[in-house]
Amino acid sequence: MSGAIVPCWSCKGPISPRALFCSTCGAVQPPGVIDHFGRLGLRRSFAIDPADLDRQYFGLQRRLHPDRFATRSAKERALSQQQATAINEAYETLKDPLKRAAYLLRLAGRVVDIDQAGTVDDPALLMEAMEMREALADATTLAELNELMATAEAAVGDCHEALAQAFVDDDLDGAGKLTTRLKYLGKMIDETRSRKVGMTRQGL
Amino acid sequence: MLLQINEPGATPAPHANDQGAAVGIDLGTTNSVVAIATDGQATVLRDEAGHGLIPSVVAYGADGTILVGREARRELLDNPETVVSSIKRLMGRGVADVKSLAGTLPFELDVAADGGMVRLKVSGRTLTPVEVSADILRAVKARAEAVLGKTVDRAVVTVPAYFDDGARSATKDAARLAGLAVLRLVNEPTAAALAYGLDNQSEGLYAVYDLGGGTFDISILRMEKGVFQVRATGGDAALGGDDFDHAIAESFLAERAVTFGDVAITSSEAKQALATGRMAKECLSSSTWGEWVIELDGKTSRHRLELAAFEAMAAPFVERTIAICRAVLVDAGVGIEDIKGVVLVGGSTRVPLVRRRVAEFFGREPLANINPDEVVAVGAALQAEALTAGSDTLLLDVTPLSLGIETMGGIVEKVIPRNTPIPVAMAQEFTTYQDGQDAMLIHVVQGEREMVDQCRSLARFVLSGIPAMAAGAARIRVTFAVDADGLLTVSAKETTTEVEQAVSVKPSYGLTDDEMATMLRDSLEHAEEDMTARLLVEAKVEAERSALAVKAALAVDADLLSTAEQAVINRALDDVERTVKDGDRDAVLAAAAALETGTKVFAERRMDRGIRQALAGMTVENLGKSLGDGTK
Repeated sequence: MSGAIVPCWSCKGPISPRALFCSTCGAVQPPGVIDHFGRLGLRRSFAIDPADLDRQYFGLQRRLHPDRFATRSAKERALSQQQATAINEAYETLKDPLKRAAYLLRLAGRVVDIDQAGTVDDPALLMEAMEMREALADATTLAELNELMATAEAAVGDCHEALAQAFVDDDLDGAGKLTTRLKYLGKMIDETRSRKVGMTRQGL
Repeated sequence: MLLQINEPGATPAPHANDQGAAVGIDLGTTNSVVAIATDGQATVLRDEAGHGLIPSVVAYGADGTILVGREARRELLDNPETVVSSIKRLMGRGVADVKSLAGTLPFELDVAADGGMVRLKVSGRTLTPVEVSADILRAVKARAEAVLGKTVDRAVVTVPAYFDDGARSATKDAARLAGLAVLRLVNEPTAAALAYGLDNQSEGLYAVYDLGGGTFDISILRMEKGVFQVRATGGDAALGGDDFDHAIAESFLAERAVTFGDVAITSSEAKQALATGRMAKECLSSSTWGEWVIELDGKTSRHRLELAAFEAMAAPFVERTIAICRAVLVDAGVGIEDIKGVVLVGGSTRVPLVRRRVAEFFGREPLANINPDEVVAVGAALQAEALTAGSDTLLLDVTPLSLGIETMGGIVEKVIPRNTPIPVAMAQEFTTYQDGQDAMLIHVVQGEREMVDQCRSLARFVLSGIPAMAAGAARIRVTFAVDADGLLTVSAKETTTEVEQAVSVKPSYGLTDDEMATMLRDSLEHAEEDMTARLLVEAKVEAERSALAVKAALAVDADLLSTAEQAVINRALDDVERTVKDGDRDAVLAAAAALETGTKVFAERRMDRGIRQALAGMTVENLGKSLGDGTK
């Protein structure tokens, strides 16, 4: 089990590879190899409480952000930057439900591309996406857009619940489909929002 | 235990007292302000007449004298051709950018320059914007030193959130030239929020609307329990109150043209007209009309301007700011109703039309109880204190603009999207598009547009030595890292062969390291001493850190050493302490190296003990806990 201990770069004493600070000399350590959930001290799951996430994130940045090391040695400043970078990456990934779902799938060995459009082989989703797109194209009033927005947001809510359950049940196929659906719903909401902005601007 | 145990990450900063004071500086387009904070209370440092603002104006006399501030502004009337103002607009700009600003800048540019950074021709000298800004910062530093009665050598300097990488580097270079170490570049709106946040202890989402002389920024921040999290930011680096002055000056000049015919005017005459425009704007912030006189070339003209006419001129600019506000709200994914308050920053928010439109748009009266000209410097000073003396507040900032690289056909592939929290590092893979291609030009750009020529070019470098492979077979991993100052470093690596190249992005329009070195030599009488002193401080900080670490280790594991061994280590520690007190750099480095060698065996025994304890039945879990994340 000697792999469970590494020397601290500063006092050379033994520490856990996951330690943020050396327990003997207090020096900040390089970020350990650990998944985003572990980095933020959260259980690996889709259903996370945003308030919990923020609390963990702020707590870690309070201790590790480069601003805390402005007067320290060059090495400590560099390490704090690495730590803060790793924490930001974890936070950005887990904060967004879509990225979180894709990340959980990746941890399970499945790849879902959430950046590119890609093809959809789920007929139900295809139908839903086409209908939403038509409704958006047909909408001419702010009220219609608001209604579309409400429908899409409700669907996103359902999607989140279903995803949480799918990950609990280890139903990765289901989770994959839901993640793709979430991606399309997100796009619809973005487009509806920019239509709304355009309409409000004209109204002013 | 004999040793004082400090909170991890909170061990006393060695030699904090060796250094001079740390101030906050708002290096503005029109005015600069310097402030200092003690125990969370910030004070603007004023001259004897009580002025906090130092006009960001520099006059270069033919005899080599340099005047900054009010004195320089006075020169505008007699020797306008020797005076440089609004230099911030040119920070990090290239010759090509300036074309779009041509005619709006009241000074002569050296367009013959080799396509790099813009240069100005003033009083027979050729100056870069970095040097002019350094002259302003020297005056700011001198003001602070005169008021405080001690050396000022470190500063938090603010920049518009929307400043690109080139402008940020240029600002940092200017501070360095002026003999100031930049503790952190902080975005102006964030600094303003900090100034308000500490007073009001507010929680929730806030908008900071910052309209300065030459730049506009809007930021959406979340304040919660001392953490300032920037959610989204947007703006325009070439939009500000100067545009109002311009509009007025242009209209006055057009009126003159009716009387005197179309006469080309010189750059110094343009400056006079602009100064008149500025006076008119300021006057119309409190009255409903006024009359101004312009005397050029011996010809006098009178110009009357009503508030309504001025507002009609200013309206297009104000509407642009409102459109940007709207876009940023969408970016942040928040509605207007979610905003708990609006903070006004920048002298141009004194214009009644601006206040009115901001209040209308956000549906609430904006906060303006801190002087909008000083609020940024106040926030910067608070941050300077937080960085040097420690604090409970924390600023979490974002990248203002997307960063990407050029791919085939001049299309931009984004690597880091805007509004990503910093520091950040992100990588993207690219490939070759020709068989046998052995090099790849990496062109780094910043901006939101799809096409390269619509974005700002930051740097170009070549990754060479790629082994010959079929098109699309090479895997080139480009990593972008942005530090807490918002400065970018790019590295590229061919991953199948590990061919690597890294550049710290010295912007296309920045100073080269050689230029910087020459400037430092030319401008600082004590450049070399200064550099030596800095290296010495860095060596001392490092040596003290190792000494503290060894003492901490002794406090826990001294029993691993014989009395004789301990004595050896103690002697090495004494040596370090002695050299840190009065040694030169070589002595400090030698003592630190001796300590390192002298504790090698001790370190090995400590590791052995740690491993033995692990094998002696502690589970990995428990071990992790006992060795800890250091929280105790």
